[in-house]
Amino acid sequence: MSETNLNLTTEVFKRVTLVKASGRIDSSNAAQFDAALKDVLGGGLENIVLDLSEISYMSSAGLRAIVAAHRECAKKKGSLVLAAPSERVSEVFSLAGLDSIFTVYDDVTAAVGSF
Amino acid sequence: MGDTLIIPGRYDKIQEACQFVAAGAAQAGLDDTAVFHVELACDEACTNVIEHAYGAEDVGQIRISWEVQADRFVITIHDNGRSFDPDDVPVPIPKDVANGASDFPRVGGLGVHFMRKLMDEVRYQFEDDGNTLVLVKVIE
Repeated sequence: MSETNLNLTTEVFKRVTLVKASGRIDSSNAAQFDAALKDVLGGGLENIVLDLSEISYMSSAGLRAIVAAHRECAKKKGSLVLAAPSERVSEVFSLAGLDSIFTVYDDVTAAVGSF
Repeated sequence: MGDTLIIPGRYDKIQEACQFVAAGAAQAGLDDTAVFHVELACDEACTNVIEHAYGAEDVGQIRISWEVQADRFVITIHDNGRSFDPDDVPVPIPKDVANGASDFPRVGGLGVHFMRKLMDEVRYQFEDDGNTLVLVKVIE
């Protein structure tokens, strides 16, 4: 199965891992996205900042992966926070009724600094 | 005004369907937000066809049509899979999602929920030749 464009980069800080996603997250690549988040958590790191500033589009398939990672972080007594989602991506969280569940920061610096 | 596209039932082809209906919606005069809503609803509908009606990728085709009926942008999505009524899919409750009580990450209930929230009308019909889903967005 080929996938639509999604790029992920990871940067490890002292208390948190920054995962920057760019492109589009939909059902064609949600499994890849989910696996990448699980890889970060499998490495023993329990806090994640998910930088969504360069995500142009996300469907419910992407949400599922983020919710799964959010739960996994919580199990490890850590947390997953969101940074800089676009208006369109924020609307997807809102449509799902999940905007109140996630902590959202306007920019990455503030999100990383919160840990 | 209208057009039809047939795609194989594969996740990597859904973006093509989304772009097809988004172009039609823009042509019909929907604003940018409404075009996004139409694109996302189409994405969720096609994903559900593969997940629930066909049960896997590369099982069958999906036919996507759009047309303008007066002040309504109408999308019709047809597949030849097994009966799949969106009304049968429970909508996940956010509180349960957060605490893990819901099986949200595994089921497609959220896609159906999205379609209902994004579109002005969602109709479903199952006949001998498969499922037909009609999504309507009012042109304002």
